[in-house]
Amino acid sequence: MRAQSAEADGGLEIRANGETRSVLPGTSVAGFLARHDLDPDLVVVERNGRILRREEFDRTALEPGDELEIVHFVGGG
Amino acid sequence: MNDRLTLGGRTFGSRLIIGTGKYDSPRTMAAALEASGSEIITVAVRRVDLDASKEESLLHWLDPDRVLILPNTAGCYTAEEAIRVARLGRAAGLSDFVKLEVIGDEKTLYPDVLELLIATETLAGEGFTVLPYTSDDPVIAKRLEDSGAAAVMPLASPIGSGLGLVDPLGIRFIMEAVSVPVIVDAGVGTASDAAATMELGVDGILMNTAIAKAGDPVRMAEAMRLAVQAGRMAFEAGRMEKRAYASPSSPVAGRVGG
Repeated sequence: MRAQSAEADGGLEIRANGETRSVLPGTSVAGFLARHDLDPDLVVVERNGRILRREEFDRTALEPGDELEIVHFVGGG
Repeated sequence: MNDRLTLGGRTFGSRLIIGTGKYDSPRTMAAALEASGSEIITVAVRRVDLDASKEESLLHWLDPDRVLILPNTAGCYTAEEAIRVARLGRAAGLSDFVKLEVIGDEKTLYPDVLELLIATETLAGEGFTVLPYTSDDPVIAKRLEDSGAAAVMPLASPIGSGLGLVDPLGIRFIMEAVSVPVIVDAGVGTASDAAATMELGVDGILMNTAIAKAGDPVRMAEAMRLAVQAGRMAFEAGRMEKRAYASPSSPVAGRVGG
């Protein structure tokens, strides 16, 4: 159902931090971060099991079925 | 006094390492860090909340030029998970250090030392400075050293328990077994625990809850700074021998009326 609705609004579906998200075709990793108000200098992004370097954020376009893990540092012992 | 701790080729001006978890606010955490004098501080690697409004980053409260930010692999139950989290933590670009945790049991949070050995070997091979949280077993500690660990970090008692140093003998055996630094990680509850642990001659202590959950965390952080220094100083000074009976401190000869 979600795939159909994503198709209907022209989006493509990816998984980010375990949840399905719809993004516009051509959205880059940098664009995805900006849309979620995330500072690219303060997060680490893994795409399909490979950690991206920060300079790759701009030029990496999201593709249908991409799996993103976006992490940061939180308090811990 | 020798306040310096050398790990992975870097020298730090304090033997106390503190965690950033469980504080009521990042402001209190930052003040406690300052009061502790610690130059190494642990953090956890977690997913960002994509639906949250802009969160303030923990890194806004920490200056990487003044303290080493040490990512941990807390919450990992397999070598594979821990290796993945360690790589994510390193990709933040702050250092090659990792506090390696591979938990084997939810209730005690004891380490799964078999998985820990696998992860240590892999990460050391990738150039990480691996600081593994381990049990107080000298055989495992030696195996960790042989697998490339830059230090071994045996527990004093279960994480977050505040029970203090339960098995000083195990820690002593580890100190004899390995030549890398020994840092007691977890279980310290209050300043006397820290001092007693340092008096064994260990190289440092890592603690979180004892400070974060104290009535006044900033004051406890200062108490821990002093306790770690006092314990180290007492170790270096060398304690007197214990004896069964009293020995007068004042001269026996020349007593008035004698």
